[in-house]
Amino acid sequence: MYLTYEYATATAPATGRKAMSLQSPVGSDHQLARLLQIGAVLEEVVEARATKHTESDAIDDDVRELLESAAAESERHRKQIDGIIDELDADTIPFDEIQMLVEQQYEAEQDFDGVLYDQLCNEETAYKFYDDLIEAIEQSDGTFSIDRDRLLDTLRTIRAEEEAGVEAVTELMEDGT
Amino acid sequence: MNTANQYLKAIYLVQEIENGPASTGSIAEMLDVSPASANEMVGKLEADGLCAHEKYKGVELTDDGIMRARDALQNYCIIERFLLEVLEVEDFRAEARQLEPVIDETVAERLDTIIDRRPECPDCFDAEADVCALLECDPAD
Repeated sequence: MYLTYEYATATAPATGRKAMSLQSPVGSDHQLARLLQIGAVLEEVVEARATKHTESDAIDDDVRELLESAAAESERHRKQIDGIIDELDADTIPFDEIQMLVEQQYEAEQDFDGVLYDQLCNEETAYKFYDDLIEAIEQSDGTFSIDRDRLLDTLRTIRAEEEAGVEAVTELMEDGT
Repeated sequence: MNTANQYLKAIYLVQEIENGPASTGSIAEMLDVSPASANEMVGKLEADGLCAHEKYKGVELTDDGIMRARDALQNYCIIERFLLEVLEVEDFRAEARQLEPVIDETVAERLDTIIDRRPECPDCFDAEADVCALLECDPAD
C-alpha cells in the first residue's frame, strides 16, 4: 500500500452496492497523488521498453538514437513527477520494480516497424494521459497542498515534450516508408 | 473513459445482474446519478444506436452497445488489476471507480503490458462483486 489516507466512496442507497463515479477524479491530494503515480509508472514503462528496444538488431542508428533520447526524457519526466508525489507525502514506485514487470511481459525480437510502432504508442499514451490529467485538474474545484499553477505548468511542459516525441517518431516512420 | 462509455458499462452490468433489460432506476443507482440524468443519457445512447429503451420494460444494449460496453469493462478490469498488482492499493475497487473517467483506453492498454490479465477478460468479471472473479484478493476488501 503506497498511500495511507482515508478514502471516501459513494454508496448507492438502495442496494448498498458501491456506485461508479461520474464526478471529477481529481478532488484531493490523495487522488492527485494516485494519478501522478500512474503517470510515473507510465514513464517507467516507456523508459524500460525503449531501453529494451535499443537491444534489437533490427534497428538502425537513427532509431537507436531516438530510443535512447526517449528513455532519457522519460527518466527526467519520472523524476519531475516523483518530486511532486513526494511533496504530496505519497510514495513513489521504484523503477526496478516496473522494469522487472516490463521484462516479464516483453516480447523480444521485434522488427524495425514493430519497435517504432511501440515507441509511437509509448509517446501517444503519455501525451494522452497528461492531456486528460491536465483537463481533469483544470475542471476540478478541489484544493491541493501544492501550488496548482506550478503543477499545471510542469504537466503542460511534459505534455508538450510528449507531443514533440510523437512527431519525432512519426517523422522517422515516414522516412522509413 | 468518457461518460457514455461509463453508462454503457453500467447498463451491461445491470443487465447481467438482472438477467434481462436494465431498469433506468438500477442504472441511475449504479452510477449514483438521478433517474432523470440516467433517462436523458439513455435517450442519447438510443439515438446513437447503442441501446433500445422500452417503457416499463427497460434498457437493452444493441450489438454495437455491447461491444463498447465490453471494451469499457475491460479497461476497468485493467485499472482494478493494475491498482492491486502494481500499486498494491487495498481499496482498489473504490479507487478504480474514481479513476476510470480519466484513464483513457490507450493508457489502459499500456498499463496492461505490465499486469497479468487473463485472456478470458472481461467474461470473468463478477458484476455483483464488482471485481474480476479471477483476481486474487480478499473478498472482504
